[in-house]
Amino acid sequence: MASDAIEKETRARKTVEALARADTGRLLGALLRDVRDFQLAEDCLQEALESALTHWTRNGLPSSPAGWVLQAARRKAIDRFRRARTFKRKAEEYGLLIELDQQTVDSQEPPAIPDERLRLIFTCCHPALDSKTRVALTLRTLCGLTTREIARAFLDATETMAQRLVRARHKITKAGIPFEIPEPEHWSERLDSVLSVIYLIFNEGYSATAGPDLLRHDLCLEAIRLGRLMLELAPGDAECEGLLALMLLNHSRAQARLDDEGGMIPLDRQDRGQWRKAEIEEGCRILDQALERGRAGLFQLQAAISALHAQAASHTDTDWQQIVLLYEAMHAHSGNPVHLLNRAVALSYACGADQALDALATFEAGLEGYQPFHAAKADLLRRTGRFEAARESYHRAIALSGNESERQFLASRMAALAEQV
Amino acid sequence: MKYLALIYAAPGAGPDYGTPEFGPYMDGYRKATETYQRDGVMLAGEALQDTATATTVRVRNGKTETMDGPFAETKEQLGGFYMFECANLDDAIKYAAMIPTAEHGSVEVRPIMEIE
Repeated sequence: MASDAIEKETRARKTVEALARADTGRLLGALLRDVRDFQLAEDCLQEALESALTHWTRNGLPSSPAGWVLQAARRKAIDRFRRARTFKRKAEEYGLLIELDQQTVDSQEPPAIPDERLRLIFTCCHPALDSKTRVALTLRTLCGLTTREIARAFLDATETMAQRLVRARHKITKAGIPFEIPEPEHWSERLDSVLSVIYLIFNEGYSATAGPDLLRHDLCLEAIRLGRLMLELAPGDAECEGLLALMLLNHSRAQARLDDEGGMIPLDRQDRGQWRKAEIEEGCRILDQALERGRAGLFQLQAAISALHAQAASHTDTDWQQIVLLYEAMHAHSGNPVHLLNRAVALSYACGADQALDALATFEAGLEGYQPFHAAKADLLRRTGRFEAARESYHRAIALSGNESERQFLASRMAALAEQV
Repeated sequence: MKYLALIYAAPGAGPDYGTPEFGPYMDGYRKATETYQRDGVMLAGEALQDTATATTVRVRNGKTETMDGPFAETKEQLGGFYMFECANLDDAIKYAAMIPTAEHGSVEVRPIMEIE
């Protein structure tokens, strides 16, 4: 008997944990459609998950665990409304919810869960929230990450992150940030915000400090999962496809870009045998599909560059001329001088380091405080044999770097320089 | 929901009275106000006299203190406001963006607190 009880408890716990991770977004979306209050919806969902654990441990799993949780969360919301002082005044507003409650009381069937995740994404990524908050809120509500996990990803204290999330939910409710998919004329600008949030999540996992911290890798996978979800919800959107392709192509190199000590290995020295073929193939396939739509955007262009790297047999065999053109297109699109920097680096492989240095001189002023500019300049100077000037640029780059693994990499390049002088 | 759109601008940032740009600028305000009235979102809207006319009042220890000018030295000064009745923040932002000063100053959109 005792082992039976333990088994029941384990099954209940595992199911609740799986729901919290995989179905949070779907459940929260459905709940928000009814209650329209972010904090309330999250609290009720949390309570419902807790009571699920108790009930299921005692009575076994229901036929539809997610449906059970949604129903329980709705009841908890209704209980709260009834207890609230303002219930009479608000009763009309929540008529729909009460109606829903009447229906579910009569039937034992678990309620259907409408897919409201797209609305939830647009709410979490609303431009009236700052970008870090958008990322945190998306991870919390759509991916079901805990506040502690999100704080860890941003190297913030849990308390700080908790406050950020509380402020965000407060603003959504009190400032009237709509829980809805924007009008068609705002669709593309808002979608940009959503896609860049997903890409920020990916990069947080991909370019952060290395080491045994598994959460960082998890963030990449969460971002890819969100990318797939977006494509499901907005099928045929070329930039959605571009973003997913880009993440898959970059992620294909995840294993090869770190050495045993967690140090960064640059593209030209990566073991291409370690690049994951399946991700490259899928990424290229999705990208081709996107480019055929003839609406090239920044994510597609970036993915195209990543694809050229992925398909090249070696660093020297890469189609650098094509990459130069793609960076030009990106700069034309965004006006961002960082794309000119990347173009110059590609140019150095296509036409030589001297030409690239000439190109750098034309936009140096705009990137004076940007670490990668000085790192790139140092490398170009080294390649043209100007070692003293290269050393100065490395110094500047190291001073501007905020990442230990990156600093070590730059310092090792600078040390290698000393042997050549 | 009710929203207050607070209009801020640095002195001298917008077109000055008497310049050729001033007419179209005021026209922009007239058109914006007409739109708000037509859409039924406008509850109130006023322009304020310049900050040189302002007096700041504070009560400390039961004693009323008055000070010349605005309370804080800020680069952008409050010049006027609109109050809107809108379904949500997106609508309020849409109307706030029509305020001509948004092009050289800034407009802060704040929901009005509902006392329950």
